[in-house]
Amino acid sequence: MRKLREVKNVVVSLIVFVLLWQILFITSDFNENLFPSPYMALQALVETVTKGVLFTNILTSLYRFLIGYLASIIVAVALGLVLGQLPGVFQYINPVVQLIRPISPTAWMPFIVLLFGIGDVPAIVIIFIAAFFPVLLSTVTAVRNINPVYLKVSQNFAISQPELTWKVILPAAFPQIASGIHLALGSAWIFLVAGEMVGAQSGLGYQIIDARNNIRADILLATIIVIGVIGIILDGLIKVIERRILAAWGGQV
Amino acid sequence: MYIEVQNACKKYIQDGAEFTALDNVSLDIEKGEFICLLGPSGCGKSTLLNAVAGFEKLNSGSIRIDGTEVSKPSIKNITIFQNYGLLPWRTVEKNVELGLETLKVPKEERHQIAAKYLELVGLMGYEKRFPHQLSGGQQQRVSIARGLAVNPDIIFMDEPFGALDAITRMKLQDDILKISRKAHKTIIFVTHDIEEAVFLADRIVVMMADPGRIKSIVKVPLMGHRDRTSADFLHVRDKIFELFNMKSDEYIEYVI
Repeated sequence: MRKLREVKNVVVSLIVFVLLWQILFITSDFNENLFPSPYMALQALVETVTKGVLFTNILTSLYRFLIGYLASIIVAVALGLVLGQLPGVFQYINPVVQLIRPISPTAWMPFIVLLFGIGDVPAIVIIFIAAFFPVLLSTVTAVRNINPVYLKVSQNFAISQPELTWKVILPAAFPQIASGIHLALGSAWIFLVAGEMVGAQSGLGYQIIDARNNIRADILLATIIVIGVIGIILDGLIKVIERRILAAWGGQV
Repeated sequence: MYIEVQNACKKYIQDGAEFTALDNVSLDIEKGEFICLLGPSGCGKSTLLNAVAGFEKLNSGSIRIDGTEVSKPSIKNITIFQNYGLLPWRTVEKNVELGLETLKVPKEERHQIAAKYLELVGLMGYEKRFPHQLSGGQQQRVSIARGLAVNPDIIFMDEPFGALDAITRMKLQDDILKISRKAHKTIIFVTHDIEEAVFLADRIVVMMADPGRIKSIVKVPLMGHRDRTSADFLHVRDKIFELFNMKSDEYIEYVI
């Protein structure tokens, strides 16, 4: 019954959105090549699908996303697990982290393109940067907030490094690390598009630039919607993975 | 003596004020004794336990176990905490096997030892459960099984039944008494519950607060099976009540 109501909410929400779009299309006096109707966007979507462009671009983007995001998580969690246990070292690293963290990853773009050229690498690097800091900081905080009784028990049962880190600290900190990883997914996906708009000749971000260059606002809007839908799917996937791990580790789901 | 505490002093700074948790505490414990550290909060009983267990360093004085100065916790002396200290991401069985992994016991043997001690604490069939699926009393039983599994010389218990309801607490008191008789472990047990101390201990170390010190040590002359309602039991309990000045005058006149 609740599932049904949720589906109903989604359907109603989408219908209202499309209706508003259609009304705006009818009432505004923009050129229809610049502001297309929902139906025109749908036709453009079908066009990109049948030409095979969309599918290739999605795969390219997802490939870059997965590499950048996974690499970022692995490095950030590993570094966070170490730094969280070395507060003396982290207090010297933290000021630099706080300095770099608020800089939009896109600000690095010209620099990255100059160093790595155009292609997969700039997009991957930008995703890496976008996901890195939230995951690093949530891991450090999570490690520091571990219930001290787990550490006392580990000490008592003579659990030493590296077992201490992967047997006790990682699972104890995991719920909080997972929320950092989850948060980072959103910003990584956002910056993927930005990265591909500047530093690539393929992918969904490039498809947007390409549509603009050809004044195909219908393809542009269709691409934007596809990016949004994939974002939702990725978010759902990570929720499932998160829940699986928590359940395997005895968490209350 | 097996455990020797000599002139133990421990001070804390709390909100800018100095607080003496242990003021020149000396105590000898024999092997196989069941000792209860009894007193009100702030009397230093937990500090003393943590110092003997190696979790806390003294400001001055010394603690020796079997002739060796205590400097850090050891897998030979296991502490049971009030909040159980179970690892929630491990099943009951894997929790009991925790210390055996450090001791490099082979997998097959680990299972057997875990099964043996889970049976001892009455939790057969709970192997695959996670701690959050158990009641507080059951979780503390797992923690006791985990401690016994590494065959320790000493078991430290820091108000282990403090978070349990009265009936569960009495059941666990019965069990720990039986286990201590059977396994011949030296047990140091911190509590603020007078009846609990009288029920369990061979000797009760009565402590006072501000500064934390030992007021007196009471030998409990009860043997074997202990009955919470017997005259002997009540007599010892009354003696402890007197030490805390908690027996009213009328009550004494009534007894006379």
